[in-house]
Amino acid sequence: MSSSRFRFPRVTMPDAARALRQEVREFLAAERASGGFVPMADCWASGFSAEFSRKLGQRGWLGMTWPRQYGGHERSFLERYVVTEEMLAAGAPVMAHWIADRQSGTQMLRHASAEVKNRALPRMAAGQTFCAIGMSEPNTGSDLASVRTRADKVAGGWKVNGRKIWSTGAHGEGCDYMISLVRTAPADEKARHQGLSQLIIDLKAPGVTVRGIEDIGGQVHFNETLFEDVFVPESHLLGKEGHGWSLVVGELALERSGPERFLSSFIALREAMQVLAANPDDRTREVLGHLVARIKTLRRMSLGIAGLLQEGKSPETEAALVKDMATRFERELIEQLRVVLPEAVLLSSSGVLPRLMREAILRVPSSTLRGGTNEVLKGMIVRQLGLR
Amino acid sequence: MSETDSHTLDTVILDTATRLFADLSTSETINAAEKGEWPSALWQAIEASGLHLTWVPEECGGAGAGMLDGFAVLKAAGAAALPVPLAETLLAGWLLAQAGLEVPEGPLTIARGEHRITNGAVTGVALAVPHARSARQIVALARDGARVLVVAVPASACVLTPDRNLAGEPWDSVDFNGAMATLSAAAPAGLDADSLDAMGALVRVNQAAGALGTALELAIQYAGEREQFGRPIGKFQAIQHMIADLAGEAAAVNAAADAAAEAVAATGTVDADAWVEIATAKVRLGQAASVGPAIAHQVHGAMGFTYEHRLHHFTRRAWAWRDEFGNETVWARRLGDAVLGWGADQLWHRITAVTDK
Repeated sequence: MSSSRFRFPRVTMPDAARALRQEVREFLAAERASGGFVPMADCWASGFSAEFSRKLGQRGWLGMTWPRQYGGHERSFLERYVVTEEMLAAGAPVMAHWIADRQSGTQMLRHASAEVKNRALPRMAAGQTFCAIGMSEPNTGSDLASVRTRADKVAGGWKVNGRKIWSTGAHGEGCDYMISLVRTAPADEKARHQGLSQLIIDLKAPGVTVRGIEDIGGQVHFNETLFEDVFVPESHLLGKEGHGWSLVVGELALERSGPERFLSSFIALREAMQVLAANPDDRTREVLGHLVARIKTLRRMSLGIAGLLQEGKSPETEAALVKDMATRFERELIEQLRVVLPEAVLLSSSGVLPRLMREAILRVPSSTLRGGTNEVLKGMIVRQLGLR
Repeated sequence: MSETDSHTLDTVILDTATRLFADLSTSETINAAEKGEWPSALWQAIEASGLHLTWVPEECGGAGAGMLDGFAVLKAAGAAALPVPLAETLLAGWLLAQAGLEVPEGPLTIARGEHRITNGAVTGVALAVPHARSARQIVALARDGARVLVVAVPASACVLTPDRNLAGEPWDSVDFNGAMATLSAAAPAGLDADSLDAMGALVRVNQAAGALGTALELAIQYAGEREQFGRPIGKFQAIQHMIADLAGEAAAVNAAADAAAEAVAATGTVDADAWVEIATAKVRLGQAASVGPAIAHQVHGAMGFTYEHRLHHFTRRAWAWRDEFGNETVWARRLGDAVLGWGADQLWHRITAVTDK
């Protein structure tokens, strides 16, 4: 009788990662003290600062696992994990580079032409150029294989027509590339995953229009991108033509496995503790105990995925399982805090904690949507369990 | 990277346990045990294999295996709904060995709390002592003035009031009633009723992780076999999503159990760091053992609600174990207190400290 279907190995940070953590903490403390940033909830999807990203690039904290040849730093997955989790825990404005560093750069490293790698990756690692995701479309969300954006073969490349949507940061300063999932061959209902390719689209190319979309809080973090006869050169194809589906599955694994899935609003808990410590009753103690127990367990599981990646495994189902559980926790975290915080905090909009609470409450619906809805993730889990 | 030498599992021990439990902890045996029949063949096989001495060092008459081996055996025991006090014997063996006492023969159990000992005579009452009526000796902490001792008292010399837990296992009240301790020695510094409770809680978390794993396997199997509306119910998305949640709960409690087991294994005792991991695991179990069995039963329909079906061997035990040695409310308040003690500035540092040693 198998007592555990999914394995999350124990991870111990190597000396280099521990030293790095100290360095990152000192940097973040100095930046916050000097007004280099104000902490934000959901900072990886709403805290845009090209300047801050460049500072991280200068310190060698972007493209950390990439080869030196492409501006990377050849550090371990665990060292990268340390930097990302420290940024999140501090609520630092890391949105600008997040997509490039988390998935687009790695995806290019694995599958792009030498020309693209030489041109784009060093600038990404320096925090000088950013990326957006090009998966969803107005009529394509969870059913990703139904994308309709077309790439028609022309001399020297493709002509692309269509729309991508919800591409966080595509409108931002310095956001130059979008890895887009497009149809390079007509859809065949019997083989829906064929005829798809991933193209790197230059967002500054003629025919590209990026229009920001306001979210429920009135903020513009995502957008719609229109492609009208956009020329994409052959060198901007990832992998082989028609192999886009397996590529996008690999990209989604990068997108789903990180600590941002449970730490988006950690900064609100950290700030709330200052208030809650003043007069803690049993209910407050209980809530804090529950929240910390959940965070510690999720971190163990999330790090286990980093450990499996470091072992060279492809823990896609484990990543889906942790993302499902972690994003549901993000919702609970903010609800649990809400019921123990004083009314004065909840009814006010001034001060760090009231602002963080409002940001977190208004951002949290996206937690269980972005990167694959929880319903899609559960489908992946049960497929692994043999039920689909 | 993921394992260090002190954390190496002996797969032979786990394999032995898993095979032995699969052969002898059958549904018939478990049901008969609930009716009051002592599963002697099962217990004898355990004693013959030495599994009950996993946590006892060689100098105390034990097997000298690692702490992690014991926790792995406990998960396997929970996964098999083992109807004998192996977990209690392991815990009692650990407690006796902490005081340097040789571990006596036969099944043992633990009485929680701090009792009194005067000139060798133990007094005090403990509620819900697991398998007390089946144990040869009851091991406990007892105070003699300023000293705390680890003591063993023959169960036959105590006054037992029979009771049962949710799983129908013997959970008797024990009145030591002045019975003479057959063994006693000073407890080492730091070992008290609280740390014994913590160790007990971790034992239960590991057993429950195993039980929830089996409940998951049964749910997957049943959903694949049971047909309604012309197809296996596991083809319905509503059922699939419930099972995905159950898999998540089982995975989470396993991960929390492992983290705490590793923290205890690092020193062999419940130090401050291990205590935090145990609190985390027991709180996490409270959720998993509530959500998980509810899903397993919903998937099984009325069939799983019958005594005849074996699902209840695992769900009832998970329900019993979530409440024993402190439920999630008790542990969450304790952990919350500790967290307030860290303060906002140290919160994140303490969360990351576990991987940064």
